[in-house]
Amino acid sequence: MSATYGYKRTVVGAHYGWRDFLVQRISAALMAVFTLVVLLQLLLTKGPIGYDTWSGIFAAQWMKALTFAVIVALLWHAWVGMCSIWYDYGKPAGLRLLLQALTVIWLVACGGWAVQVLWRL
Amino acid sequence: MSEVTKPRPQYRNLNLFHDIRTYRLPLAGWVSILHRASGALMFVLLPFLIWLFDKSISSEISFGEFSAAFTAGLWVFPGWFVKLVVLALIWAYLHHLLAGVRHLYLDVSHRTTKEFGRQSAVAVLVVSIALTLILGAKLFGLY
Repeated sequence: MSATYGYKRTVVGAHYGWRDFLVQRISAALMAVFTLVVLLQLLLTKGPIGYDTWSGIFAAQWMKALTFAVIVALLWHAWVGMCSIWYDYGKPAGLRLLLQALTVIWLVACGGWAVQVLWRL
Repeated sequence: MSEVTKPRPQYRNLNLFHDIRTYRLPLAGWVSILHRASGALMFVLLPFLIWLFDKSISSEISFGEFSAAFTAGLWVFPGWFVKLVVLALIWAYLHHLLAGVRHLYLDVSHRTTKEFGRQSAVAVLVVSIALTLILGAKLFGLY
């Protein structure tokens, strides 16, 4: 069978993981920026960090919006990452399907909780 | 490229008890498998992380519960164990972040030489482990 990768790639069919590849990198970049934003706000604080300082960081509306975007990015990122783990070790296919379904449930449940915590503030 | 080279060992059907001990994984390989392991660890501990976020942010009282988890313990787990789990999360986050930055850098720079792969892998391991030790010492009250 002739090679169908590289410049001879067959350009029909499904999306060849290109979307997952991009999602993984864009969500990672967003989470890295978020880490810097939180870290900067903590480092610019004088004195010990108590409840007021810490919750104050997340109380601002722009910070809530950013944190919400990060939660979505994290869920999507974890989904793509866990999928690649299940593709490698989740055999047979029936078990992999079960593991992937449980992954979605786990992530969506965690995401709901995180959003609830964020918007209660 | 036709010169005769020493036959290399072939790993086709890995035996956990024999090959894992003799397989010499290059440092970039260690960064790679630890990237996966740290990601899986954070995935499993995600509810604990959200619990910490919830308690630390919801109210003064819950902030007290958050702080107490590190000293008085949480549920059946003593405080030192909670600290140990948080330290594992700190390491996982740092390693995953730095290995991810390495990935992004390799993506945009195309510096895919063997030497740079090794050098950048060493940088990821050294920085992530050093930061983990520094933060771990703070967490356990060594300074």
